[in-house]
Amino acid sequence: MKPEFKIISNLINKNAHVLDVGCGDGVLMEFLLKEKKVNIRGIEISKAKVQNCIAKGLTIIEGNAEKDLKQFPDNSFDYVVLSQTLQAFLNPEKVINELLRVGKQAIVTIPNFGYWKIRLHLLFKGTMPVTRTLPDEWYNTPNIHLCTIKDFVYFSKTKNFKLSKSIALKNDKPTYIKKSNLNFKNLSSNLGIFLIER
Amino acid sequence: MNIKKDIKTLIIEKPLKLDCGQTISNFPLAYETYGTLNEKKDNAILVCHALTGDQFVTGINPITKKDGWWTYAVGPNKSIDTNKYFVICANVIGGCMGSFGPSHENPKTKKIYGTDFPVITINDMVNAQINLLDFFGIEKLFSVVGGSMGGMQVLQFISNFPDKARTVVPIACTSSHSAQNIAFNELGRQAITADHNWLDGNYTSKTTVPDKGLAVARMAAHITYLSKKGLQEKFGRKLQERDDLKFGFDADFQIESYLRYQGSVFVDRFDANSYLYITRAMDYFDLVKQFNGNLSNAFKNTKAKFFVISFTSDWLYPTQENKEIVIALNAISANVGFVEIKSDKGHDSFLLDVPDFLNALKNFLDKSYIEKKI
Repeated sequence: MKPEFKIISNLINKNAHVLDVGCGDGVLMEFLLKEKKVNIRGIEISKAKVQNCIAKGLTIIEGNAEKDLKQFPDNSFDYVVLSQTLQAFLNPEKVINELLRVGKQAIVTIPNFGYWKIRLHLLFKGTMPVTRTLPDEWYNTPNIHLCTIKDFVYFSKTKNFKLSKSIALKNDKPTYIKKSNLNFKNLSSNLGIFLIER
Repeated sequence: MNIKKDIKTLIIEKPLKLDCGQTISNFPLAYETYGTLNEKKDNAILVCHALTGDQFVTGINPITKKDGWWTYAVGPNKSIDTNKYFVICANVIGGCMGSFGPSHENPKTKKIYGTDFPVITINDMVNAQINLLDFFGIEKLFSVVGGSMGGMQVLQFISNFPDKARTVVPIACTSSHSAQNIAFNELGRQAITADHNWLDGNYTSKTTVPDKGLAVARMAAHITYLSKKGLQEKFGRKLQERDDLKFGFDADFQIESYLRYQGSVFVDRFDANSYLYITRAMDYFDLVKQFNGNLSNAFKNTKAKFFVISFTSDWLYPTQENKEIVIALNAISANVGFVEIKSDKGHDSFLLDVPDFLNALKNFLDKSYIEKKI
């Protein structure tokens, strides 16, 4: 289980109605069902992963988040979760807008490209960084829109959505991101977790 | 006749008003069951059959002596596990395996109904089948499952009886029969009615029957159940028991021979008039229109859990048409799962050994069954 799942779970109220976009094998869905007794659906594009979710008894819709979120009515979920997949979309801005239309709140996590190890990798090795959260080579990575924690914070300001909670993860330890520590968190954390709303 | 001995029949006394305006009563509904109904009567699954199916879902069909049409999916430890569930399947009205249909004798004329039989709809089929629940004393089905025309019945069933099933599994189907599908059905009907033995539907099984027309209808339809890739892989341009082309109109190619065989075995077990009536029922099916253009309204009164399944190579009931059902359900925040199974076997995939499909169906049912018990 990814360490961020525990933090995501803490952001979610009991018995909430949740949509997990790009839910993979449904590990987060199972965890939220157990911890928070949520009413949860998943969307997943991989046929093999969809089968795994069905085998776990999860309610899953095979589909593409970029095309298939539009079938859900406005505010039909309390939370929409997007865990480490925003960077893989052709149009992340459109996806964020859809998350905030379908969900009253959205939880978005991003691998932080501003993390010091990544910066050093590029600085000293001179090649595209390969890390635990970003394990692919430049030529086969699905991550076409990488950003930093700082980029995401600026993005929220430009596009007028509210960051209700901003959490940085370093060595699986969560801390809050504030205006005053943004530069530091952007350097020291490998993952950003944001609870966002309109 | 010993055919009757093997067919269980429920006589439905209660009048049933058909969509065409006529009312029928005291009519037979032939059915079969598999497995055992438990004490709580909460393990029943209604299986709805497709155009040419019948109530003999699995095991050896006592009439045709061949495997039941859904033997891959239904049986002990299979997707629809008859060790666990009580499976009920009825021959649709209009059919020819014991349920009230055009081959029955019209008491007024002492001849078969033929085309005097009322035109029936998917809605009529479902309204006849609901009587089986009363008959078995089942308050609520665990599931209602069906593929193709069976899937249409599933959708109509839950729309008509929103609290009569806990789970709903429409497979490879549509909420509104497409122009292309109406066209293929019309082709089949034209083949039958063009057969000079059809006699405006007044043939009797004792004399000549329109088997040539029915065979052509079946051959044309059979092509639509497969995929181009599947056909190419299975037959390609392989020749039938010959080394070279014969420059004639015999079955030179294996695919020709295969289709002729499919046509010839079909006429032994199916009635041409039933084919006309049932294809008509499919063509008339338009759940979207029934709910004034808003499919979601068909499902707004049910709390059932849906699982929609389509197949990549099914061009008769393509994924997009199945997805429209999912979209309508999501629009009202219904509980719906959806999966598109990868298969080269075309529309027929749901009847064949397609492990991803069979596993998904089994997992969905078995997990939902446990969920319910908690």
